[in-house]
Amino acid sequence: MPKITMREAISQALWEEMERDPKVFVLGEEVGVWGGTYAVTKGFYDHFGAERVRDTPIAEAAIIGAAIGAAMTGLRPVAELMTINFAFSAMDHIVNEAAKLHYMFAGQFVLPLVIRTVGGGGRQLGATHSQTPDAIFAHFPGLKVVAPGTPEDAKGLLKSAIRSDDPVLFIEHATMYQVRGEVPEGEYTIPIGQSKIQRPGKDVTIVAYSKGLELSMKAADQLAQEGVEAEIVDLRSLRPLDMGPVYESFKKTNRAVIVEEGWKSFGVGAEVAARIYEDCFDYLDAPIQRVAQKEVPLPYNRTLEQMALPQVEDVIKAVKEVL
Amino acid sequence: MDKEQYLDLFYQMVLIRRVEERAAELYQQGKIGGFLHLYIGQEAVSTGLISARLPQDRVITAYRDHGVAINCGIPANIVIAELLGKATGCSQGKGGSMHMADVSKNFWGGHAIVGAHLPLASGLALGDKYAGKDGVTICMFGDGATNIGYFHEAVNLSKVWDLPVLWVCENNLYGMGTAVERASAVSEIRQKAEGYGIPNERVEGMNVLEVRDAAAKALDYCRSGKGPFFLEITTYRYRGHSMGDPERYRKAEEVKKWQETDPIGIYHHYLTSNTIALEAELDALEAKVADEVQAAVAFAESSPEPGPEALFENVYVEKGTSIQVNK
Repeated sequence: MPKITMREAISQALWEEMERDPKVFVLGEEVGVWGGTYAVTKGFYDHFGAERVRDTPIAEAAIIGAAIGAAMTGLRPVAELMTINFAFSAMDHIVNEAAKLHYMFAGQFVLPLVIRTVGGGGRQLGATHSQTPDAIFAHFPGLKVVAPGTPEDAKGLLKSAIRSDDPVLFIEHATMYQVRGEVPEGEYTIPIGQSKIQRPGKDVTIVAYSKGLELSMKAADQLAQEGVEAEIVDLRSLRPLDMGPVYESFKKTNRAVIVEEGWKSFGVGAEVAARIYEDCFDYLDAPIQRVAQKEVPLPYNRTLEQMALPQVEDVIKAVKEVL
Repeated sequence: MDKEQYLDLFYQMVLIRRVEERAAELYQQGKIGGFLHLYIGQEAVSTGLISARLPQDRVITAYRDHGVAINCGIPANIVIAELLGKATGCSQGKGGSMHMADVSKNFWGGHAIVGAHLPLASGLALGDKYAGKDGVTICMFGDGATNIGYFHEAVNLSKVWDLPVLWVCENNLYGMGTAVERASAVSEIRQKAEGYGIPNERVEGMNVLEVRDAAAKALDYCRSGKGPFFLEITTYRYRGHSMGDPERYRKAEEVKKWQETDPIGIYHHYLTSNTIALEAELDALEAKVADEVQAAVAFAESSPEPGPEALFENVYVEKGTSIQVNK
C-alpha cells in the first residue's frame, strides 16, 4: 500500500468525489485561487473551475448558510471553514439549521452537506485559533461529527461524508497534515460510526481519536518496552459514537484511559467514561482516567502551550494509574 | 389578469385573515402551543408577491409564515393541523407555527431564527444557478432582520455571485416592539440594498395589485440573470408581535388608523368600484372561506397525534443512525 500524508489523503478524497459526482462542489475562504490555507484544495481551481471551487467572502454564516441552501436543492456542497474556531461565527447555521431542518420539516428534504474544518492547538496561534471544541458539536442530534486520526481513515471517511445525505462536520487536526500512513490503492470508503482497534493489546484500553490517537500510539510504543500491552480504540466519529469495540476491549482489560485534546470538563472523555460506567460496571478494576487539555485558554508561548496540551507522558502516567 | 385571478387574490387574503382569526381563538383555548405570530394586516404582501411567481420560484420566509404557506398552496386544513401539532400537518406536527414547509409547492419554510434563513436563500439560488435552472428564490423577512449580521452576509454574497434572489423586506414598522427608527440606522430599509449595489424599490404593501406588479417586474429582473433585486414592502400588523404581546410600544389610535387602510377593504372596494366583481360575488367568496375554515378546524381537531415512533424519525437520513445515537 502506498504511504501518503493526511493532507494528500483528504485532498484525494475530495478530488475523486468531485470527479465522480458533478453535484459535489467546494466553497470557503481561500479554497480557490489560493489553493486552501492548509493546501488541501491546491490545484482544484485550475482543474474544476470557479463554479465548483468557490472563493467566498470572509463570512462564515454566509458560507454555511449558503451551503445548507444549496444542499436543500440537491447539491452536495463541501464547505470549508478555515479553522473550527471560526465555526462559532456560523454556530447558528450549524446547530440551528443544519442539525435540525431535516427533522423539523419531517424529512421533506435532505442536507447532503459536509463542513470540513481544522481544529487543535500546538502551532502557537494563541487562544482564539487553537481550540478543540469537538465535543460541543458532538452534542447536537442531527449532526454527524467525524475526526480521523490516520490518512487511511481520513480518505475513506471523507468519501462517506460526501456521499452521506446527513450533514457531517469533518474535523481535521492542524498539526497532523504531514502525518504519513498507508492508504489502500484504488477506490474505498469507510462507514461513519464505526470505532476501530488501531493497536491490539491486553493490559489496558486506551480510547482516543484524532490527535489523541497520535499521542496514544506513541505512548503505547513506550509502554510496550516496559511490558505493558495497551489496546487502542480509535473512535473516528464522535456522533454517532460507536462504543461496541470500546466495551469489547474494556471487558478484556478491565481498565481504561481516554485521551482527547479538548478540555476535560463535559468532554469526550466524560461521555465515554460515563458510558463505560453505565454499561460495563461489573468489569471495572480501576477508576477510569482521562487525559485532556489543561483548562485554560491556550497561551501563545511555546512552553506554556505545550504545558497545557496533553502529552505522550500524560498518557503513560494515566495508564500506570489504572494498572 | 382575468376575473378569476382577481377573485383568487381576494379569496386568498380573506382565507389568511379567517385562518389567523381562528388560530388566535384556538391559541386562547390552549389548543395551540408555543408562539403564534399572526399575519393579520399584512395579507396583501405575501398574496401579491407569491401570485407573481412561477412554479420554479422558491419561497422561503421567517416565522410569521401561515399566510405565506397558504399563498404557496398549502391547504388551510393542513396549516391548522400543523398549528395543532397533528400528524396531518405539513411538518407532521414537528415544526409548529414557525416551521411550516411544503417542498412540493416550492415553499422551503418557515424559519424561526431572525435573519438566519437569508444565507439559506442565497444557497437555494446558488443551487438553481449551478444547475442552470431559471428559478428565482423569493426570500421574505421583516425589517428587524435587516439589523443582524446574517442579512449583510447573505445580501452581499448574492451580489458578489449574482444570484437570482428576490429579497423582500416586509417593513411593518416594528421589530417585535422596537420601532424601525429605534433599531435601524436608516428607516427606509431599501437604502441598505443601495450599499450593496443591488437595484431596489419601495412599495406600498396594503395594495395587493401594487405588490403584485412590483414583484412581477422584480422577478423578471432576477430571472434575466442580472442578479438579486431588493423590494421593501411597507405594511402593518394589526395584532401583537405574537400572542400575549402587551403592545405598550404603540397607541390604539395608530392601529386604528392603519386599519382604515385594510388591504382586504381596499381590494374589496377596488373590485366593486371598477365593476370587476359584484358585492354578492365577494360575499359568496367570504361564505366559502368561512365554510372552508370551519371544515379545516374540524379536520385538524379530528386528526391523529403523531405516534411515538415519530420521535426518532428524521433525525438522520441514514437508517439506524438515530437508534445508534439514542442507545
